[in-house]
Amino acid sequence: MTYLAQFENVTKRFGDTSILHNFNFEVTSGEHVVLMGPSGSGKSTVLRILMTLEGIQDGVVYVEGEPLWHEYRNGVLKPAREAHLRRMRNGIGMLFQHFNLFPNMTVLRNVIEAPMNVQRLSRTEATERADELLERVGMSNKRDAYPLSLSGGQKQRVAIARAMAMRPKLLMFDEPTSALDPEMVGDILEVIKDLAQAYDLTMLIVTHEMGFAREVADRVCFFCDGQILEQGKPETIFTEPTEARTRQFLSRVTGAKKAKVGSEAQS
Amino acid sequence: MNWLNLLPALLRGAEVTAWITVASTIGGAFLSFAAGIGVRSRFRGFRWLAGLYIQIFRGTSLLVQLFWLYFALPIIGISLSPVVAGVLGLSLNIGAYGAEVVRGSLASVDTGQIEAATALNLSPLHTLWRVIMPQALVEMMPPFGNLVIQNLKDSSLVSLISLADLAFQADQLRNQTLETLPILTLTLLLYFAMALVLMVAMRFVERYARRVSGREAAR
Amino acid sequence: MLFGIHWNLASQWSFALSITPILLIGMKVTVEATVFGFLIAMSLGLVFALLRSMPLRAVSWPTAIFVEFVRDTPLLIQLYFLYYVLPNYGISLPALETGVITLGIQYSAYTSEVYRAGLEAVPFGQREAARALNLGSFRTYRDVIIPQAIPRIVPALANYLVSIIKDTPILSAITVLEMLGVGKIIGDRTFRYLIPLTLVGILFLILTVIAAWGVRFVERRMPRGGVALK
Ligand SMILES: Nc1ncnc2c1ncn2[C@@H]1O[C@H](COP(=O)(O)OP(=O)(O)OP(=O)(O)O)[C@@H](O)[C@H]1O
Ligand SMILES: [Mg+2]
Repeated sequence: MTYLAQFENVTKRFGDTSILHNFNFEVTSGEHVVLMGPSGSGKSTVLRILMTLEGIQDGVVYVEGEPLWHEYRNGVLKPAREAHLRRMRNGIGMLFQHFNLFPNMTVLRNVIEAPMNVQRLSRTEATERADELLERVGMSNKRDAYPLSLSGGQKQRVAIARAMAMRPKLLMFDEPTSALDPEMVGDILEVIKDLAQAYDLTMLIVTHEMGFAREVADRVCFFCDGQILEQGKPETIFTEPTEARTRQFLSRVTGAKKAKVGSEAQS
Repeated sequence: MNWLNLLPALLRGAEVTAWITVASTIGGAFLSFAAGIGVRSRFRGFRWLAGLYIQIFRGTSLLVQLFWLYFALPIIGISLSPVVAGVLGLSLNIGAYGAEVVRGSLASVDTGQIEAATALNLSPLHTLWRVIMPQALVEMMPPFGNLVIQNLKDSSLVSLISLADLAFQADQLRNQTLETLPILTLTLLLYFAMALVLMVAMRFVERYARRVSGREAAR
Repeated sequence: MLFGIHWNLASQWSFALSITPILLIGMKVTVEATVFGFLIAMSLGLVFALLRSMPLRAVSWPTAIFVEFVRDTPLLIQLYFLYYVLPNYGISLPALETGVITLGIQYSAYTSEVYRAGLEAVPFGQREAARALNLGSFRTYRDVIIPQAIPRIVPALANYLVSIIKDTPILSAITVLEMLGVGKIIGDRTFRYLIPLTLVGILFLILTVIAAWGVRFVERRMPRGGVALK
């Protein structure tokens, strides 16, 4: 079978430091995968490679069986050119920690900009699609506002609608709630859960929210030093991790959570 | 001699100065964007050409450039009138400084904006004009404002290639009447007044730019 | 012939070669005007910055207006003003000196801004900390504020050195024989402008590249934390 996304012996270096080395990883169509692991372990890098924001030095990345960072020219696999990347990016969307809404556009304009200019939808079609999505994420009433006037949680909702408007097959989230105030986190996670149920989406999510991962994830991958140290169903990984590093990490995450909740209760 | 009698000639010069400043500011703005975008181009040829232009026109002196256009070019068969040489020289000069402003402001826009545009598969050109440029415009405005004032002051040098601007008229009058104090005081005041007008105008442009960039609520 | 040196019109190259020493004599004047203009700008700018920061409005306001006026009017007209008006009041200075002083005044308007911004950029907490330590205001400035402001001020000042170089040709308008003035005279006398003016351009490029390189050197050598005053 072909995977929706597949890393085959991928090596990624920044200068001399190797972040991924002979990295192998697959995502099946329709699967919801959560990536966890310590800071600097390369989780974002995996997402950014799939989003074509970072190139690779060795190996091949496949999306729907087709090389992402390479293309066949005269029957030979060569580094991809911009036109190939543009075609491959079509089915992929990504959400960022800091939302990255376009501040010079209204909420509606943020959502219709790409459907109109990339997928060549008419303004009416794009607006129809945008309104439906803004409704879904609960932002209809802000469609003419500028991002400047929105809270972090509201920005991330708009960003989700904006990504969904391109009808991606694969939607990736890079710590979508880590820049939010604690009381907003739950809301955004609800929105993502709703998407996961309502649409036929493949999701790749970097998050440290374990309760959320339990509910959404088909599989949790524990990342360490550019390798997947351990992976499996969330119940298995969270309750009986086999690796010491995983146990250590999980206890630190839950510990930090408790400490945070405790300090909030005090203040 | 009455100070008022000096005014008509000086005002005639001031009008020329105003036109020269406006024309060369427009020309300079065009060159600023061309070269400022050019140095960030994916194509090495563009980068090289834009870099060379900026280096040459920032590295040498405006008066040298004006003299070169006006006195040296005719020798290789290109004769420019004072107006053309003056406006061209000022545009080329201010454009090179403006290009640095454009380059810097484009670079100052958060890279997350480019990444988001890439994730939405917007084309590089679309990303530049509809996403990056509107945001960079705000950063450009204060330094551009300084450059416009600079351009007004620099425009006085076209008098040295015999263009009848305010500085030229002042020098003429001084030669004819020897009333140096009133002539030069009035001239300084006229330049100052024009600078103040430009500052107010730039204030409006700045506010407009803040709005299109989303830095300031539109309604 | 200029400065006792003859030019050789036999070929383009011999012409270029023969006038280079003449231009270098002009370059000496360019460099002198730059250096002395810069020194005046640095000291006068400090005076203006201090006057502007005076609590007494009768002092600070006129200074602010004067600085703004100088900044927004052309160097050329200021040059004419000092060169043609002052002699009527018994102050007659040679052209080069007039030019150097005008450069100094014009650029003091810019440098005063550099001093002001540099001092203001030192966090207010530093003043409060100094007060908490019961330092007097003189010692606060000497030991706390100024040492921290220097790394911001010096590179910004140095940048104006490069700008002054490029403004020196304006002095040729009052007959100072700096590099461009010399190149222009050679052109006037030989009716060949292309080579002297191109050479002048190249020499300016060399001067500014060297100066800009020096500025970067100074910038890199500036300790981030501050410079202690002995
Ligand atoms: N542009 C870059 N240049 C150099 N090194 C980089 C760059 N981007 C990332 N790195 C390095 O690559 C490593 C992996 O980064 P990555 O962002 O993928 O980690 P992460 O698992 O997402 O961590 P975090 O939880 O902090 O987001 C880190 O050590 C980081 O310092
Ligand atoms: Mg990350």
